[in-house]
Amino acid sequence: MLQATGLGLSAGGRELIGALDLALAPGQFWSLLGRNGSGKTSLILALAGLRFPQRGTIALGGVPLAAHRRGELARRVAVLLQDEQTDFSGSVLDYVMLGRYPHSRSAWSRDEEGAAAARRWLAELDLADRAAQDYRTLSGGERQRARIAQALLQDAEILLLDEPLQHLDLRHQAQAMRTFSRCASGGKTVLAALHEPGHAARHCGFAVLLYDAGRASLGRSNEMLTQANLEALYQCPLEAAGTRSFLPS
Amino acid sequence: MKTVPILVVALVPASLALAIAFGSVDLGPARLADAIMGHGDEIAREIVWGVRAPRALAAFACGGLLALAGALLQVLLRNPLADPTILGVSGGAAAGALAAILLGIGAAGVNLAALAGASVAAGAVLAFSLGRSGWNPYRVLLAGVALASGFGALVGMMLSLAPSSQVQGMLFWLLGDLSPAGDPGAALAVLAACAAIAFSQSAALDVLILGEDKARSLGVAVTRLQSIAFGCAALATVAAVLLGGSIGFVGLVVPHLLRLSGVHRHAALLPLAACLGGSLLALADTLARTVVAPAELPVGVLTAMIGVPVLLALLTRLR
Repeated sequence: MLQATGLGLSAGGRELIGALDLALAPGQFWSLLGRNGSGKTSLILALAGLRFPQRGTIALGGVPLAAHRRGELARRVAVLLQDEQTDFSGSVLDYVMLGRYPHSRSAWSRDEEGAAAARRWLAELDLADRAAQDYRTLSGGERQRARIAQALLQDAEILLLDEPLQHLDLRHQAQAMRTFSRCASGGKTVLAALHEPGHAARHCGFAVLLYDAGRASLGRSNEMLTQANLEALYQCPLEAAGTRSFLPS
Repeated sequence: MKTVPILVVALVPASLALAIAFGSVDLGPARLADAIMGHGDEIAREIVWGVRAPRALAAFACGGLLALAGALLQVLLRNPLADPTILGVSGGAAAGALAAILLGIGAAGVNLAALAGASVAAGAVLAFSLGRSGWNPYRVLLAGVALASGFGALVGMMLSLAPSSQVQGMLFWLLGDLSPAGDPGAALAVLAACAAIAFSQSAALDVLILGEDKARSLGVAVTRLQSIAFGCAALATVAAVLLGGSIGFVGLVVPHLLRLSGVHRHAALLPLAACLGGSLLALADTLARTVVAPAELPVGVLTAMIGVPVLLALLTRLR
């Protein structure tokens, strides 16, 4: 259980989140929705223990994040960051294998168990035939899937995903959402910042909506993701999609 | 892929053997073989074991230290053009040494002043770069560049004030030269220690390539890792500069040669960089001793003359 209490976040002198109470329980798949600059990334970084919140506390299993050792936190919380400027120049498999760092750090023996798991995740994300390829030669969407595989390989009980669907085509958006959904069904906790309410409604049982001026609301997706809420959230009029708009099944 | 490490490791004894076999005096194969086995005439034995062997080991230690420091700085600063000179150590050592020469202090005092100058430079660069929230790699680059040009100005001033009789001795510190290197024991010990420390951090350095936040989320104590690696790089650079003055391009080019040959993981890259840097400098120093024999070229001039075209060729292959 990852729990935020009275959480307040600001960036650049602007208040993003006023006072958020959030409890992410095992088996739950949460979407995190909001306009650009509403604080989705700041919330994910704070929940991952990578930024100190201005106010409030975040606890993992009842113990404040700061009291956990980094290595232990890495085995329990995995985070997919939105941006990554990397000079990584090895193979795709080697790239994904970096996700094993919290579990195996012997420089001498090969981590066969980790390599097998990495190949399974690569196969699940349609990257099996890219394993030996130079990571830098992947397309943007393929890189994103390799980064997802790396985060999944970390095998943490809590997955914090910042825009996991960026750069992905429709097929791979659906594939990624189904994979996250299976992780949640298997008892993991998943929180994903998304820009597609359709995906959120289909796969996520719960939603956090970040409005402007520090307001937030959260609850079950079927109650939260109404037309009125989403119009207020994105501040643009919406209409029910007709026959020319599609979501992957 | 597996052949590269084998070749690099095999180059170590090969380069040291060449460095011992060749020099300004041609001993001839029979005398050389006798001297290496510890037989034969005393002069040949002294040339091989008293002069060439320590010189070869000094070159190896110096090159290994520079390449190791370069490999560490390139990952720490996330900058492919980082090399040991950006720590300002060469400039600091030169300024300290020149000031001691100008004041007429003896050789031991000059070395001590060089050590002081090098330590001040590395310490200042690192102190400017460590803030409350950890290391700032950009500040290392900027502080290094600023201090290097500051020391350059000091060196220029002292050179123009120095009587011409002293200028020759001062040039050593500016060009990089292994002829007065002396006993390589201490430098080899520093090389072994730095390589062992760096190797122990190699898995964490692999993860650091993903960025500081991602590395933290994977359980790396980023600030601690950077402190260890910066400390290691600074120590290696100071030891190398005290041994051979300002020898350029080894620290920059050697890690890139290995990466372009498919060596990416730091567990392999760091030890192989030490081996390859050492071997290449031992070979370059052998050339420096023999091409214009009985005179000698400063090896720093030679590494620059070889390193510049190699680097330019590499740049066309870099992404």
